[in-house]
Amino acid sequence: MARRGLRTPVPDVAALSSFLVSAVGLAVPLALAALGETVSQRAGVINIGLEGSVIWGALGGALGSLAGGGYAGLLAGALAGGAAALVFAVFAVRLNTDQIITGTAVTIGSLGFTGALYQSRFGVTGVALELETLPAWELPLLSRIPVVGPALFDQALTAYLVYVMVPLLAWLLFRTRWGLALRAVGESPEAAHAAGVPVVRTRMLAAVFAGLMAGLAGAHLSLVHTGTFAENMSAGKGFIAIAVVVLGRWRPAGVLAAALFFGGAEALQFALQAFDADLPYPLFLALPYVLSLAALAGWFGRSRAPEGLALPWPRRGH
Amino acid sequence: MSDQSGTPRVRADLRPALGAAAALLATMAIAAALLALGGHSPAVAFGALARGAFGSWHNFISVTLVQATPLLLTGLAVALAFKARVWNIGAEGQLHAGALAGVAVAVSVPASSAFLLLPATLLAAAAAGALWASVPAAMKTRMGVGEVITTLLMNFVALFLAQFLVHGPLRESRGVFNQTDAIPAAAQLPTLIPGFRLHLGFLIGILIAVALWLYLARTPGGFRIRAVGASPRAAEVSGRFRTTPVIWRAFLVSGAIAGLAGWIQVSGITHRMYEGLSPGWGYTAIAVALLARLHPLAAVLTAIVFGALSAGGGAMQREAGVPDVWVRGIEALVILAVLTVDRVLQTIDRRAARGSPRAAHSRA
Repeated sequence: MARRGLRTPVPDVAALSSFLVSAVGLAVPLALAALGETVSQRAGVINIGLEGSVIWGALGGALGSLAGGGYAGLLAGALAGGAAALVFAVFAVRLNTDQIITGTAVTIGSLGFTGALYQSRFGVTGVALELETLPAWELPLLSRIPVVGPALFDQALTAYLVYVMVPLLAWLLFRTRWGLALRAVGESPEAAHAAGVPVVRTRMLAAVFAGLMAGLAGAHLSLVHTGTFAENMSAGKGFIAIAVVVLGRWRPAGVLAAALFFGGAEALQFALQAFDADLPYPLFLALPYVLSLAALAGWFGRSRAPEGLALPWPRRGH
Repeated sequence: MSDQSGTPRVRADLRPALGAAAALLATMAIAAALLALGGHSPAVAFGALARGAFGSWHNFISVTLVQATPLLLTGLAVALAFKARVWNIGAEGQLHAGALAGVAVAVSVPASSAFLLLPATLLAAAAAGALWASVPAAMKTRMGVGEVITTLLMNFVALFLAQFLVHGPLRESRGVFNQTDAIPAAAQLPTLIPGFRLHLGFLIGILIAVALWLYLARTPGGFRIRAVGASPRAAEVSGRFRTTPVIWRAFLVSGAIAGLAGWIQVSGITHRMYEGLSPGWGYTAIAVALLARLHPLAAVLTAIVFGALSAGGGAMQREAGVPDVWVRGIEALVILAVLTVDRVLQTIDRRAARGSPRAAHSRA
């Protein structure tokens, strides 16, 4: 506190501001996918196939954008991600196969089949696709707020979707009968079933919703973040989103904060890499995962997964 | 479901094999349809794949079996854990932990005798894998935190730890690439047949498979793992034994075997550790274990099936122009087919047992 004035603070503010822009941009796909997964997990369905929905969203976004422009790409990405999740849900919810194993299969298969589709369309070596990126919408006044303004209010549509979704989902999950029924399905499918809640239908819808959101996250990667598509470009974002849900304690606002934290760690890595290659930046990247484990262990207060998470319904007899 | 928890000699022994065969056939049919849809000839693609995997002794021994080795070890790790209903999807992380520990010992301990160095590195790898599995084990048994999420999170911690170590403390002394120094000859697993790349690690995998089979089928400890896997609550309520130590053992042994998988790959093939050592063996291992119906001996066969898929993928791309990423799609189809066949068999069982087509909702 005591000593300042030797260095002018202006360049630091600029650096901080550009760091925040990068952090929010990296957090948006994580937040989108994790918000969807929050709903899914609240209904008792853990979708490890989320990574598959993200990569389908990225490819769907690219193909849709080539066919009908950026916003058509966004829609196509969401639908592609939702379709992958529908495959998952048909097996894991309707056929009641193991959620973990099914989700793993969907992820492995999605990485394979998106690659196959991409190569059949653009050749085995793959051309560098140049997609039109979605424009940033600069909100008047709000984007002028010092430091945080440009980071929060000069972003593409996907960021604003996150801002809308967080309060909307919080309200739906915790303030409506619909949300109560969904959480009941996740906590105790037996009780929900006895109370007349359609367990299977609720879980199907929740899982597909998670896929749609993860598809948007993938479309963000190809249409906002990079302007291209590359095989495996989801790069674990779907898995990270599951960690984000955990760190965010299965609540939309917490999930947003956790996504910003993960995005911040990634942005910090890029900043540090440019600044000094000798810094142990992989450890920064590991930090959010360690903190997620700590959160599960209860270091930040009570935090637990929905009681019925990943459990089959109807229960298999044994 | 009594036929699944009995001794391995019962009459129903053939059923898992038939189920697996049905799943493989279904996979091939669907893959053929998809290949045709993608504008490829299924016959040409499958032919190239089979030739690449089995077309010559070199292809089979130096490529297919070499690819099968890490899949066998991680597959056994997953099978044992799943047998105890421990959903360890952290084999990928445990594999990296094992590889790192093995390399660290190999490049830092100044021993010139393979009789000392090899066992030391194998022990270090197994211990590191078990250590990596112990975190989710502790969180499950002490805090009731499900292992699915924790093992998954631990995978990422291991990957970044590996990245950190090969960029920093364990980086090669030349300082050119982000990889470790080559391990000394005394830490390298010998090849099995002169002129072929196949190494002792494959034999180690088979020995572990036999040991696990004997352990599960013939020992009280193995019985407990099967009992906990069949029904954790029933095992606890029976009062004969406590389930916590059984769950711990499943985690630790599973982690140790996965740890060995990583180091054995480095010691037998790559001789260095680098980022991206594994193309996801820890996840493919789930398919290996599942297709083997969690049976350790069957896992030897299914690991070779998946080894052949990955070995044949390259040939498929070169000779038939089918991108080798198709192989990953086929892996996923295998898993889904096995799950479906399972459900169909269970449904048939239930209907036969109860004589009623709609009994699914009667249990809670």
